[in-house]
Amino acid sequence: MPELSAVHHPLYQLRRTPFHARTSQLCLPHNWRRWGGCIAVGSYDLGLDREYWAIRNHAALIDISPLIKYEITGRDAARLLHRLTPRDIHRMQVGQVYYTGWCDDDGKLLDDGTVTRIGEQSFRLTAAEPQFRWLALNAVGMQVQITELTERLAALSLQGPKSRTILNLACEQPVDSLKYFRMAFNRVAGKAVSVSRTGYTGDLGYEIWMDAEDALVIWDTLLAAGHDYGITPTGILAMDMARVEAGLFMLDVDYTPASHAWIPGQRSSPYEMGLGWTVNLDKQGYFVGRRALEREHREGSSWKMVGLEIDWEGLEREYAAVGMPPQVPATAVRGSIPVYAGPRQVGYASTSTWSPVLKKYIALVHVQQPFHAPGTKVEIEVTVEHHRRKSPATVVALPFYDPEWKKK
Amino acid sequence: MARAAKAIKPIIGLVPPDPSSLSWRDMKGLLKLGQYAHSLSEHELYRIAKLVTQSSADLLEEWFELDPLKGTKAASGIIGTYLGPRSPGTAYVLLHHYMGEIDGAFRAWGFAKNGTGGVTAAIASSARALGVEIRTNAAVDKVIVRGGRAAGVALANGDELSATVVMSAADPKRSFLQFVDQQHFPDEFVQAIRNFRVRGSSGKINIALSGLPDFNCLPGEGPLHRGAISISPSIEYVERAYDDAKYGNFSRQPYMDIIFPSMIDRDMAPPGHHVMSCFVQYAPYDVAGGWDDAKKDAFGETVIATIEKYAPNIRKVIVGKQVITPQDIERIAGITGGNIFHGELLLHQLFFMRPAPQWADFRTPLSGYYFGAAGAHPGGGVMGAAGKMAATEILKDWQ
Ligand SMILES: Cc1cc2nc3c(=O)[nH]c(=O)nc-3n(C[C@H](O)[C@H](O)[C@H](O)COP(=O)(O)OP(=O)(O)OC[C@H]3O[C@@H](n4cnc5c(N)ncnc54)[C@H](O)[C@@H]3O)c2cc1C
Repeated sequence: MPELSAVHHPLYQLRRTPFHARTSQLCLPHNWRRWGGCIAVGSYDLGLDREYWAIRNHAALIDISPLIKYEITGRDAARLLHRLTPRDIHRMQVGQVYYTGWCDDDGKLLDDGTVTRIGEQSFRLTAAEPQFRWLALNAVGMQVQITELTERLAALSLQGPKSRTILNLACEQPVDSLKYFRMAFNRVAGKAVSVSRTGYTGDLGYEIWMDAEDALVIWDTLLAAGHDYGITPTGILAMDMARVEAGLFMLDVDYTPASHAWIPGQRSSPYEMGLGWTVNLDKQGYFVGRRALEREHREGSSWKMVGLEIDWEGLEREYAAVGMPPQVPATAVRGSIPVYAGPRQVGYASTSTWSPVLKKYIALVHVQQPFHAPGTKVEIEVTVEHHRRKSPATVVALPFYDPEWKKK
Repeated sequence: MARAAKAIKPIIGLVPPDPSSLSWRDMKGLLKLGQYAHSLSEHELYRIAKLVTQSSADLLEEWFELDPLKGTKAASGIIGTYLGPRSPGTAYVLLHHYMGEIDGAFRAWGFAKNGTGGVTAAIASSARALGVEIRTNAAVDKVIVRGGRAAGVALANGDELSATVVMSAADPKRSFLQFVDQQHFPDEFVQAIRNFRVRGSSGKINIALSGLPDFNCLPGEGPLHRGAISISPSIEYVERAYDDAKYGNFSRQPYMDIIFPSMIDRDMAPPGHHVMSCFVQYAPYDVAGGWDDAKKDAFGETVIATIEKYAPNIRKVIVGKQVITPQDIERIAGITGGNIFHGELLLHQLFFMRPAPQWADFRTPLSGYYFGAAGAHPGGGVMGAAGKMAATEILKDWQ
């Protein structure tokens, strides 16, 4: 007779990250989410406020191990990434980190992540989705080795104004001289780590990359070092609010990767997503999507992702009509909400959230020409007591929140 | 409670109409109020009527059974009053403390980054950005009156500033009995302000710590250190604390509301250290025998001894303390009587009677002189409501 509890077999289960022994102890509400085939902590508390404010006032410790990670080495490593992404990889210095999207040959986004130049001939690439096939296809005829590091390399994100102070206490070498979007090798608790000054919150922050085997001792060391500075284990839901404030988008939420699109209209280009600054059309040689992106650059894009601030008085009016104070979501809402100019729908919000630090209701929206100019007045749908209403809103430039200490 | 707080909230945002007046504005306000009352069910109306007249003890006993819960909730009803939880009228005070809303969460209490002063600092910097000049450490001595109108202020340092509009945000006693000669006001108004109850009853002990106190009930560092810790085991305990105050003494076993601001905002203390803020009742403004150093020390000692019963390690972690009596509040914050709300939030001092009947719309009997602070409607708390409504009324008159 077959074993009745076959569901307990690891093959049936979502993966656990190398920090699971610690995070599962602390995750009081059992609020788990799925991320890249892993279970990831949504929040450690019932509410998000403590974790959210740790990002903005102190330091949040976030397990980001589920990120897909590749190591790309060999004589042609730079050539491969130069061909894959619209960024000028040949100009990249060792220790530098680029944020970038990458496209199919129609110039539509497939994924986005960071590229880190670890050495002259060695890079690390992060992605939201598995990219091995795409990397291999583009590497035909090149002398490169592509290794997936996702499970071998554990990662923690330490985000917030106190993150530098804490890392200086926890690391063997001070991180004071580590500039924005740079990476350096270091040691924590005697274990080798690499530390990049990157993150997904728009605050001062770092990501610490380590061998999965060293994960727990490094977690413990960071928590001890940060105790007096308000370090707070933080789940991905608070990070989701912060990333909207920072104007950062998410695959499958704010854009559909071209490889998942059912219809052409679902796809987005880097220009449409506000990533024009990452498209180096002046770089040497071919890269995937080049011709389409050149054309779009010349002719202009019809859509653009921008910020939207929902007008508070307007929202108050809509709710007052049914005798209620305005209701704001307690978490970032991932869902499409129509945006109007007069009677006409001109776009949609893909993520909206209440911003506690700005005391504003904000959204990442995708709007058509010419409604994406900052200052444009539009309306957004709000559901007030099961009824669809429209509330006035204003288009603003991204990011919503950009503290001066982020790059300092 | 949430429903009741939500029901009362619209009233808070309303400029109190004067029920004795036939002016268009007051009639409109009364109509609004009438419409609002009409929108409530009979049931809700009774509940509100009860809420504003009941004692917090009576209210809570209708709903709860557990002593520590009732004691803690009841304590919200005595904050800033010279009353006990069994005194009628304290149910409203309780409600007043559950009216807050932070980021969409009702009944929430907020902490301002860098302490409560961060709120005024933010308002000031926003005002400066709009070109407003702000003078601090510039005490007003008198409001200058010319031709029956407020025409400016004379500062204690001798400077005179002229203005078409003067608004006072000091307490009612200063604003009306000190800044302005009484000949400019009707006798009745002066009488009402004289009778306005501003007797302070709350003390504050700020303690600097080298570590966190360990509480018997929940040992170790934990979420409790990030919340409010209330020493109020029962209604009876709080009522007895009041008994001492009734006869002029500070409570021998005081009620306390304790928070650790440094647990919420790490910038409030050096790393590893903490500040502990203890709001204490009762500490009468006019304590029997007067507040001298010995009395203050005794009061501070009583507070620490009380905490020690619940957190025995407290004395080991204290590195400094500051004892603040209502007299100190009067001296430091410039609030006559040292009442934390510039005057108790009692039914006869609320809404169209705050600070005085007929003068609850932020105007005063002296034209050009306005009043918008905690002593005006809707009362105290770091909410800026009185100031905002006063400013709105001033703008209306200006046009
Ligand atoms: C110990 C304590 C604890 C409190 N706890 C809380 C709490 O937890 N939450 C909460 O919401 N509220 C709390 N309050 C109440 C809250 O602080 C007040 O209700 C609020 O600050 C009132 O604001 P205001 O602007 O009306 O008056 P105030 O903030 O009192 O401002 C009046 C100003 O007038 C100035 N002034 C006085 N005389 C003169 C003069 N002659 N010339 C020029 N200026 C003068 C004073 O210096 C003062 O700055 C507390 C108050 C105290 C004292």
